[in-house]
Amino acid sequence: MEEQLKTTCLYNAHVALGAKMSPFAGFMMPIQYSGIVEEHLAVRQHVGMFDVSHMGEIFVKGPQAEAFINHIFTGDIRGYEPGKVLYGMMCYPDGGTVDDLLVYREYLADHFLLVVNAANVDKDFAWIQEQSKGYEVRLDNASDRIGQIAVQGPEAEKAVIEVLGYKEAADLAFYTFCDVEYKGERLILSRTGYTGEDGFELYTTNENTVEIWDRLLKAGVVPCGLGCRDTLRFEAGLPLYGDELSPEISPVMAGLSMFCKLEKDFIGRDALADQKAGNLARKLVGIEIEDKAIPRNGYPVLLEDGTQVGVVTTGYHSISLDKSICFALVNKEYSALDTPLYIGIRKKTFPGKVVKKRFYQTNYKK
Amino acid sequence: MSKILEGLKYSESHEWVKVEGNVALVGVSDYAQKEMGDITYVDLPEEGDDVIAGEEFGALESVKAASDLISPVSGVVVAVNAALEDTPEAVNEDAYAAWIIKVEMSNPADLDALMDAAAYKAYIKE
Repeated sequence: MEEQLKTTCLYNAHVALGAKMSPFAGFMMPIQYSGIVEEHLAVRQHVGMFDVSHMGEIFVKGPQAEAFINHIFTGDIRGYEPGKVLYGMMCYPDGGTVDDLLVYREYLADHFLLVVNAANVDKDFAWIQEQSKGYEVRLDNASDRIGQIAVQGPEAEKAVIEVLGYKEAADLAFYTFCDVEYKGERLILSRTGYTGEDGFELYTTNENTVEIWDRLLKAGVVPCGLGCRDTLRFEAGLPLYGDELSPEISPVMAGLSMFCKLEKDFIGRDALADQKAGNLARKLVGIEIEDKAIPRNGYPVLLEDGTQVGVVTTGYHSISLDKSICFALVNKEYSALDTPLYIGIRKKTFPGKVVKKRFYQTNYKK
Repeated sequence: MSKILEGLKYSESHEWVKVEGNVALVGVSDYAQKEMGDITYVDLPEEGDDVIAGEEFGALESVKAASDLISPVSGVVVAVNAALEDTPEAVNEDAYAAWIIKVEMSNPADLDALMDAAAYKAYIKE
């Protein structure tokens, strides 16, 4: 049965701009406008904006909200002050990943916002509901009521201040947010992003989102599609759920142990601790190859004799670095830096080696 | 609107063929390069390789995906456009100038299965 594709509040704006539209995570989304390379470079060098209204927003409130989130989240939110944002995962008891997400501690006591992947909203909400039994919390899936624009790049702060008038932006550190208003409605101004550059994510009503997009566009902020969102996050070493994280790929396998606070208890903790102690079969690595051919998702990672020891999860000819690089899930014994590995691309085999996963030096505001 | 040149033959997988005697120049159409976006790599065969009509002989890579190149004719590769290794963007700039291979045809009747400009225009429905 074919599921009806959803659209975001900005669908008409994308069509009017002549975007190449394609289904993604159950939504009809813009893949590119002027071209992936041009949009990618706009974010690295100036400022671009993304419609990320498809992302999910789930509010968790109540006297036990903190204890509950700490029970389902790999990070430790105890002691985090209002206005802070924390990245981490929700895991299954076996350590497999339910989703990766952001947790916002709101300025009102006992109020939290979870921002989850579009493709996982229904699954996540059901999972959270199920785990919340016995906790005094109220859950609200607000995903359809909230639009979101990500304004990203070295000139993002300038755009948010000069075009939208939010002087507060200058004082926000990376991974913090503040509440402002747009036309009398709440707008969450968050210094976060998924590009490796400085930037902001703006959450507000769908109606406001359409108006803000239009104002930023007229001011010269470059509209950017999901195509370059993927090339940007990839270069910055950031995982994409479905490729680098999944029910089969735990945060520890994906090299994200730093986001798993094993000294506290949470669902999946014991399995992750066991993996961290060395009991895991595969690890995610970066691989660089000495050719312009491009390793793609699903291509085999090989030894010199042709034995397959892994599989590519994401790969590109990096736009910023002019190198062919990929993430790959490989057998643990081949995961050390500089290990020589080969990638099968169509009928040919290309030599490469294991490199650090953060291919691009990120430029966050401290 | 994509450019379609008169006098060329076109395949359903969007390659074009220009016939010069018994040799066929093969490239991809303007429509194909637009669909693919920024082309970053051309995976070429070697001179002397056999190609078979309807079978893959190489690939074009854009940022986002790899697209197989399908030979419209059978024969032997007598030349490859090696300049595309360093300037793959030439395919985006002028898809009809950027020939990819030259094939000495073993069965010129292969050409009869291809579309002319008018039929190709109808085929891409722009």
